[in-house]
Amino acid sequence: MSRNEERIADVSGDALSEVFEVQMGPQHPATHGVLKLNLVLDGETVLSCKPDVGYLHRGIEKLSENLTYSQSMPLTDRLDYMSAIANNTGYCLAVETLLGIEAPLRAKYLRTMICEMSRIASHLLWIATHALDIGAMTVFLYAFRERELILEMFEELCGARLTPSYPRIGGVRQDVTREFMDRLEKFIAEFPSRLEEYETLIDTNRIWLKRTKGIGIIPAEQAIGLGLTGASLRGSGVDYDIRKHRPYDAYPYVDFEVPIGISGDVYDRYRCRMEEFRQSVRIIRQCMEQLPPGPIIADDAPDLVMELKPPRKVMAGSTGPSPLKTALIRLVEDRQAYMEGDVYVSTEVPKGELGFYFVSDGRGMPYRMHIRSPSYIHIGALGVICEGELVADIIANIGSLDVVLGECDR
Amino acid sequence: MELLEIVEKLREAFPGEILEWIEHRGQMGVIVRRDRILEMCRFLHDDSEIQMNHLMDLCGVDYGDRKDVRFEVVYNLYSIPLRHMIRLRAQVPEDDCRIDSVTSLWTGADWHERETYDLMGIVFEGHPDLRRVLLPETWEGHPLRKDYPVQGPEKEWSGYEEVKAVARRLKKYDFYGAAEWTDEEESRARAGEAGYVKE
Repeated sequence: MSRNEERIADVSGDALSEVFEVQMGPQHPATHGVLKLNLVLDGETVLSCKPDVGYLHRGIEKLSENLTYSQSMPLTDRLDYMSAIANNTGYCLAVETLLGIEAPLRAKYLRTMICEMSRIASHLLWIATHALDIGAMTVFLYAFRERELILEMFEELCGARLTPSYPRIGGVRQDVTREFMDRLEKFIAEFPSRLEEYETLIDTNRIWLKRTKGIGIIPAEQAIGLGLTGASLRGSGVDYDIRKHRPYDAYPYVDFEVPIGISGDVYDRYRCRMEEFRQSVRIIRQCMEQLPPGPIIADDAPDLVMELKPPRKVMAGSTGPSPLKTALIRLVEDRQAYMEGDVYVSTEVPKGELGFYFVSDGRGMPYRMHIRSPSYIHIGALGVICEGELVADIIANIGSLDVVLGECDR
Repeated sequence: MELLEIVEKLREAFPGEILEWIEHRGQMGVIVRRDRILEMCRFLHDDSEIQMNHLMDLCGVDYGDRKDVRFEVVYNLYSIPLRHMIRLRAQVPEDDCRIDSVTSLWTGADWHERETYDLMGIVFEGHPDLRRVLLPETWEGHPLRKDYPVQGPEKEWSGYEEVKAVARRLKKYDFYGAAEWTDEEESRARAGEAGYVKE
């Protein structure tokens, strides 16, 4: 009998016990969005926890069936708005696999670099809110200071902070500038010392340790069964990182380690993510050193590319469709037979495994697009994890699974 | 283990259940009948040489009248220890829209199946708690079906009136006095006049 089951049996046998229902959320500061939990409580013990989601459902999958591949791209920004670039990259990789094109090496390196920056930004927001929920307020302010630096770099790179849509199918939108690289270099030189700052604030905080160690334990077998991915799974000691298992972009060329937890509690998941910060810095540094020259977008990318190509010569007096249109039509026709089929491509975004399943009938838009979003699965697992825990630990668990509701509800 | 070997093993274990297999972009998709899907998944999950312990994705696809069988339920399976993936595509006919649930193998399939039921209308038999998940429980229709209009149904959702009634009832708790605004004030606030606050 596990500790949680014991606790449930303990309170159920109590003659004075009284069961009552509480609806936590949908507007609750610690639920990180519009997440509602239907709780059945006996005193402080959670007898059952049923998450209720869908408040942010926008029908992205249905919408994308009526948009071309490149038009759907901005929709993926709105999934996980903490790390929009990682979503974009996942989407682009899936479409690239479907269309059978490959991004040039420089674009791959750039995407890897930017993805890792967004991982740092996302994890910073995670540590800020997670610590705030549990009762360590100071980290929040420090973490937001660093996150702002990254967002400013994104702004310099492509003009947007939260919804960049920077990657393109077959490459990236534009090249990096010298100033951007200088800023990034300065940032990664400084950032490890900032990390130590956070750790001194948290790791010696007795409240933090008491509220995270031994709380929300997920054994490895259960974690795999529940479909957890990302740091939430690795905290339980399972070595599953898509960057290593099915390497994409420039990850095969860089050297990094995947931090693994032992006991699978909230504290281990926290340690895993803290270590991921350092690995991300390491990846960014290698990408900057190895960044090869060359084109940033594939020649056969069927995209709204911000690239100047010589205009096609039109015969005098002809009134056919515009050259761009004919080129696109021909491109689509050429690929029609080639594109038919289905692919599932997943990438390691900060929250876990983000997968795109495409069914294509050869047209320029997906016949069916399904998004496997990590937060959706994590919230599904939340009910199982929280049963038998205390009410206060639900907050710690939500924080440690690192969910975002925009991605959950799609 | 090679992907084709897995298909071969599956064919030996379940003769007549495998209809077709397609390799596309290095990924193997196996089209199967739906009747013994749970046994097939258990076979893939438990076999020591296959060990598909991670259900990456489960979703439904509506092929409309393009195919003989309208729906497909797609299982994307991955083996964490052995690092290979395979895709099962179980055919589900329109007139009998049901398939066995795989929640007994992967607990995480719970929410995948609820989503597929919610948006595609495929019933998973043996699922512990098959309710709508993303849409309201009183919603009519399944939006990801191809015959569902993109701009939504013509009829308003039945629960909408109820939501509005609740909103009207709660208006008396409005601390900002918005309930007593005149039409002009309200229109100014709605037009987003920067920082418009009633004096």
